[in-house]
Amino acid sequence: MLEIINLHARVGDKQILNGISLQVRVGEVHAIMGPNGSGKSTLAQVLAGHPAYEVTAGQATFQGRDLLDLEPEERARAGLFLAFQYPVEIPGVSNAYFLRAALNEIRKARGQEELDPIDFMDLAEEKLKLVEWGPDILSRAVNAGFSGGEKKRNEILQMAVLEPTLAILDETDSGLDIDALRIVAEGVNRLRRPDNATVVVTHYQRLLNYIVPDFVHVIAAGRIVRSGGRELALELEAKGYEWLTEAVPA
Amino acid sequence: MSRAILQDYQALHPQGAPQAGWLGRLRQRGLDRFQETGYPTSRDEDWRFVDLAPLTGAEFRVGGDSPAVRPEALAPYRYPGTECMLLVFVNGQFVPGLSDLGSVPAGVTVGSLASITARQTELLGHHLGRYAPIESSGFTALNTALIADGLLLHVARDVQVPRPIHALFVTAGDPAGLATHPRNLVVLEPGARASVIESYAGLSEGAYFTNAVTEAIVGDGAVLEYLKIQRESERAFHVGTTHMRHGRDSRGTSHSVSFGAALCRNNLDVVLDGPGVEAQMLGLYMGRDRQEVDNHTSLLHAHPNCSTREVYKGILDGRAHGVFNGKIYVTPIAQKTDAKQTNRALLLSDHARIDTKPQLEIFADDVKCTHGATVGALDQQASFYLKSRGVAGPLARKILTYAFAAEVLDEIPFPAVRESLEAVVMARLNARGE
Repeated sequence: MLEIINLHARVGDKQILNGISLQVRVGEVHAIMGPNGSGKSTLAQVLAGHPAYEVTAGQATFQGRDLLDLEPEERARAGLFLAFQYPVEIPGVSNAYFLRAALNEIRKARGQEELDPIDFMDLAEEKLKLVEWGPDILSRAVNAGFSGGEKKRNEILQMAVLEPTLAILDETDSGLDIDALRIVAEGVNRLRRPDNATVVVTHYQRLLNYIVPDFVHVIAAGRIVRSGGRELALELEAKGYEWLTEAVPA
Repeated sequence: MSRAILQDYQALHPQGAPQAGWLGRLRQRGLDRFQETGYPTSRDEDWRFVDLAPLTGAEFRVGGDSPAVRPEALAPYRYPGTECMLLVFVNGQFVPGLSDLGSVPAGVTVGSLASITARQTELLGHHLGRYAPIESSGFTALNTALIADGLLLHVARDVQVPRPIHALFVTAGDPAGLATHPRNLVVLEPGARASVIESYAGLSEGAYFTNAVTEAIVGDGAVLEYLKIQRESERAFHVGTTHMRHGRDSRGTSHSVSFGAALCRNNLDVVLDGPGVEAQMLGLYMGRDRQEVDNHTSLLHAHPNCSTREVYKGILDGRAHGVFNGKIYVTPIAQKTDAKQTNRALLLSDHARIDTKPQLEIFADDVKCTHGATVGALDQQASFYLKSRGVAGPLARKILTYAFAAEVLDEIPFPAVRESLEAVVMARLNARGE
């Protein structure tokens, strides 16, 4: 589904990704871990097409298409979803309006009919259950005045509505208390299907107690320095990152 | 000065009536001042950003009988979800049949200036013209010379007015060449609380002229929520001046929202005349085609321990031109002043433009004063967020522009008013036809 080969990227003059290669197949959950500043969030942003990052070398293919050649909105319409580490507030625009607008853009791209507000509300009410929320949240402005936990939950609600084929969760666990973490993780788990895939970017092992990965990759200095199964995350929890990152030249 | 203005002035004083009494004297002083100075021109520092010639070169006359207006015609400019005490003025004259004050609580005097002058001369004589000096501009002098009608609100000590007072000034009929000079007076005695909505609407399209002056006195410990909503015809001229004077420990918020007029000039002059005042000045303006929207605010921190927050936002499209000039003056004794000013403008087209000028004059040393101005395009991070959800192009621009405006409107405490104004913003963005 996603194939990344030797990806290099920089922001301004600062080189951040130094040759990432990664393959994600349908049905899989990958965890990308690493210390602060290792480039793991940059990888997520580059895959979603953030304009601040410049890809200097390498390739990324998503369902057979050249991902790097697509605009961010084209990537979204093709089925890629990034749950933001810092979701943006959009005052005055209700969650319902925004979600329907996004869903209809994606449905149009898939050749499906747009949903009218009534059909949308039926669908949204189903999806709200996944994040254990009542309908009130739909009339609130997107993320405006939301707590950190509510913003992350809202990202998962968007993911539930948009049904991406590849979801990238960028530090979705940061700033969550244990209850919110459980709700968010359970939401993600219930959205898992044999025909989609999930990439979880995280600093901590904690989230992986809830969202169990098939593969764990450790990034340091913009490269994957170790890949393994779930046990690698537990090893990191016990030993920290130093034993893996010391060997990497800065 | 044009003969027309003199004739309008003479019409206020029917044959034989002497120019006597405090009101007569006030008008006379206004007239004398206007005869001396005339209208301002772009050579005046305070008026240099806009071309007043189309306004000052034309002849506008105060109207005769006001045309009949059906209540339905007012619907878009009323906010039924927020129950208000409503006063409707048509072409400058109070129309009791369209107004609905409901029951007026004890301690509250509210009504049309013209109908009340006889009974309330002492109150009016004490305040009227005191906070809006005729020297401040030719427009204020002219308004003073032609004082005829407007909103009068007096709230006695410690009285709370439960419903907002909405003074709705509409221009109707064949308005071309028509001038109105609404004059409003709001007096909150110490500890009183009230909300006032002053709104202007053009029911007919045409090149008419509204020249309004409002004086608002917020007594010690009083609380005023003040909204000024300008939805004139886009061919009209609107000059609206509000002078607000704050007593010790009072609180006040001014919301100024402008959508209409070919040329709109809002002057907001706030004087903190006692310590411990908390005041906010919030503004949203939209301009399209060749609209000119000029917001001049002036804030005088004359006493210690006052905090103020000012946020003005503009959205300019087509060949529209915006001006924001925000003056903050902190006197040497106004220690512990906390003043924050922000103005932001979005330019939706290559031909739209903005002149922005913060003016901070600070003569006290223990103060916190900040100002920030941004002009430009939509927020990049927000744009990316929308794109990452598949929303791009005109739809994304519309959503983000709307959000930019909604951030200001969100602070209006009356949901029906807020939603109605948000709908106007949305309708204007939809009308861009992208």
